[in-house]
Amino acid sequence: MGTVAVHGLCKSFGKVQALDGVTLDVPDGSFFVVLGPSGAGKTTTLRAIAGLEKLDAGSVHLDGRDATGDAPAARDLAMVFQNYALYPRHTAYENIASPLRARRCSSSEIAAAVERMSNLLHIERLLQRRPAQLSGGEMQRVALARALVRHPRAFLMDEPLTNLDLKLRVEMRTELTRIHRSLGATFVYVTNDQVEALSMADQVAVLKEGKVQQVGTPTEVYERPANQWVAGFVGSPPISLLACHAEGDRLVGAQGWTLPRPRWTTAEDGRALLLGLRAEDLSVEQHGDASLSGELYGLEPLGDRTVVDVRVGTEILKVKARPTVTGTTGQRLLVTVDLDRAHLFDAGTGLSLSQAGR
Amino acid sequence: MAVSVDEAVSAGPARDRTPPARSLGGRGHAALEIALLTVLAVVMLFPVLWMIETSIKENRDVYAVPAQFFGFTVTMDHFKDVFVAPGGGRSALSVAFLNSVVVAGVSTVLATVLGVPAAWAYSRFAVKAKKDQLFFILSTRFMPPVVVVIPIFLMYRQVGLIDSKLGLILIYTAFNVPFTIWMMKGFVDEVPAEYEDAAMLDGYTRVQAFRRFTLPLLVPGIAATAVFALIFSWNEFVFAIFLTSSDSVRTAPPAIAGLIGGTTTDWGLVAAASVVFALPVLVFAYLVRKHLVAGVTLGAVRR
Repeated sequence: MGTVAVHGLCKSFGKVQALDGVTLDVPDGSFFVVLGPSGAGKTTTLRAIAGLEKLDAGSVHLDGRDATGDAPAARDLAMVFQNYALYPRHTAYENIASPLRARRCSSSEIAAAVERMSNLLHIERLLQRRPAQLSGGEMQRVALARALVRHPRAFLMDEPLTNLDLKLRVEMRTELTRIHRSLGATFVYVTNDQVEALSMADQVAVLKEGKVQQVGTPTEVYERPANQWVAGFVGSPPISLLACHAEGDRLVGAQGWTLPRPRWTTAEDGRALLLGLRAEDLSVEQHGDASLSGELYGLEPLGDRTVVDVRVGTEILKVKARPTVTGTTGQRLLVTVDLDRAHLFDAGTGLSLSQAGR
Repeated sequence: MAVSVDEAVSAGPARDRTPPARSLGGRGHAALEIALLTVLAVVMLFPVLWMIETSIKENRDVYAVPAQFFGFTVTMDHFKDVFVAPGGGRSALSVAFLNSVVVAGVSTVLATVLGVPAAWAYSRFAVKAKKDQLFFILSTRFMPPVVVVIPIFLMYRQVGLIDSKLGLILIYTAFNVPFTIWMMKGFVDEVPAEYEDAAMLDGYTRVQAFRRFTLPLLVPGIAATAVFALIFSWNEFVFAIFLTSSDSVRTAPPAIAGLIGGTTTDWGLVAAASVVFALPVLVFAYLVRKHLVAGVTLGAVRR
C-alpha cells in the first residue's frame, strides 16, 4: 500500500504564498509527477508530504490515515533531494546504510540490502568512497540507493535529475522508469522538465504559483490543456497563441486573418479568444482550406526536424517542418492549420473552451 | 583534528581562491613595506621580549642601570617562586593559576554546551522575532563590562556568590553565551539543512539528526568559538578583581596584578608569572590556529 493524498495545503514564507490550496491524490503504485516552473511550490509540496514543512493549513493523508502532524521519521517515506544531501563524512556504503541503521537492522541485513542496491544501480565499486570523491551522476545513484534501500510507503523525488548532464539525464530517466516498474511502488516526482513529466509519469499535476492547474495523464495534459498557461508550459516548441474572436462561422484574428470556425467551439461571437496551435498541427507544405499567411521569420534546424518561425502580423507561429526545409527571411509563406487539433482559450480567464469529448 | 573547514562545507559552491591584490607594487614599495613591518614588529614584540628577559634575569640584573639586554646571568628562580611558596608548599600564585584553569575551563564548556544548540535553533527554525532576539542577545555585549560590575557585585552579595569560583563561572558564561551563539550561528548556517532533512527521512529524530550528522561538521567551528571564549575568560580582569578577594578563589590576572605595589615590587616574579600566564593560551591558539582563521574569516561572516 502506498497512497498519498494532500488536501488544501497552504504555506506562506513571509509575503510569498508558496502553496495556495494544493490538493492532490496519488494512487498506490503510480508514478506521479508534479510539474511546474521554479517557484511554483513543487518542492514545498513534496516537503509538506515528507513532514519537513510546517503547514499553515491543509492535511496530509498517507494510506488513508491522517499524518498531518507526524514527524518525518513516523511517515515511512523515502526522499531523494535535488542536491542529493549525502552525508559528507560518510562513505557511500554508510550513506546507503543510514536508513537501516536508524531502524536498528542487524549488520548482516544491512550488508545484504546495500549489496542488492549497489547491484541494482551499478555502484558496487563506489561503496567505500565519500561523496566528495563521487561525480554528480554517481552521487545521484548513491542518493537513489539510500532511498530505495528500504520499502517505504512512497518515494519522494525532488528534481533528482536536474543536476545531471543531458546524456546522463536521459539514461537515468529510463532507469527510473525501470526501477519504478520493478518495485511497483508509489513515486511522487517533482520536476520542472516537461519532457521528464511526459515520458515518465502515469499522472501529471501541473503547478503554478502554489495552485494546481491541471491533473491528468501526460496525454490529457498535452492534448487537452485545462488553460492557456498549461498549454504554453507543456510542449516544445511552445504552443503558438493568436488573439482572435468568433464571427459567425469564422474566426477573425486580431492580425486580420480569418479561419473557418471549428465546429466544436461554443464561444459566442465577439468574445476575446486565444487560438492555440501546436507546432506539429501546423504545416508549411500541404495547402488545405484553413491556412494563415505570413512571412518567414527564422529557421531552427534541430536535426530530426526544423522549427520554422512564421510571422503573422506581429505574432510568431512556431511550425514543425521537415529537416530539409529551406527559405529566406521575409519570404511569403502559407501555413496550413489542422483546426481539429487546435485549442481555444478565453482570453480573459485563460480557461480552455475546447470540449473534452471532441 | 582531521576535519578541514573545506570538508565541513563541501556542499557549498567553490570558494574564491584568488589571492588579494597587492596594494603596493614595485621594489621600492616592497622595501618600504618590510621596513614598516619591522618597526611595527619591534614595537609590538619588545614588551613581550622584555617580559621574557626579566623573568630569567637575576634581581641584580633586573634593576641594573643601564639595562642589560645581553650578557646577564640566566636563572629559573623566579619561575620556581611562581609555583613554590618561600617556606615550601604551594604558592598563592599557583593556586590562582589553578583557579583560572577551573573558572575559564568550566565557563567555556558551559557557554559551548548552551550556545551551540541555541545557535542551531536560531539557524534552523522559524523563531518569532528572530532578528530582534539575536540583536538583543548581541546587545548584552555592547556595554563595557565595568558598567555592570557594581550591580553584579550587589546582587552577588545578596545571594552569596561573592568571592566564589561559581560566581565567576556564571558571569563569564553569561558573557560568552551571546558570543558563542553569534559565532556558531554562522557555522551552522554554512552546513546545509538538507543533511538533517535526509536524516529525519532516514528515520532519525530531529535531535538525533543534529547530533549524528550536523554536529560532527561543526567541530572546527566549535573549536574556534571555544578558543575565543576561553581567551576571554582566561584574560578577564575587571570582574575577577571586584568579585573575589581571598587567595583560594582569586584567578591569575588579579593575583599577578596584586604583586605590583607595596614597598618593593619583585619584577622578576611578576614577569615570570606573566610568562606562565600567557603560555597556555598561546599554545592552545597555536594548536587550533587553522580553525581560528576559519572562524574569523568564514563562520562569523554573513554571506
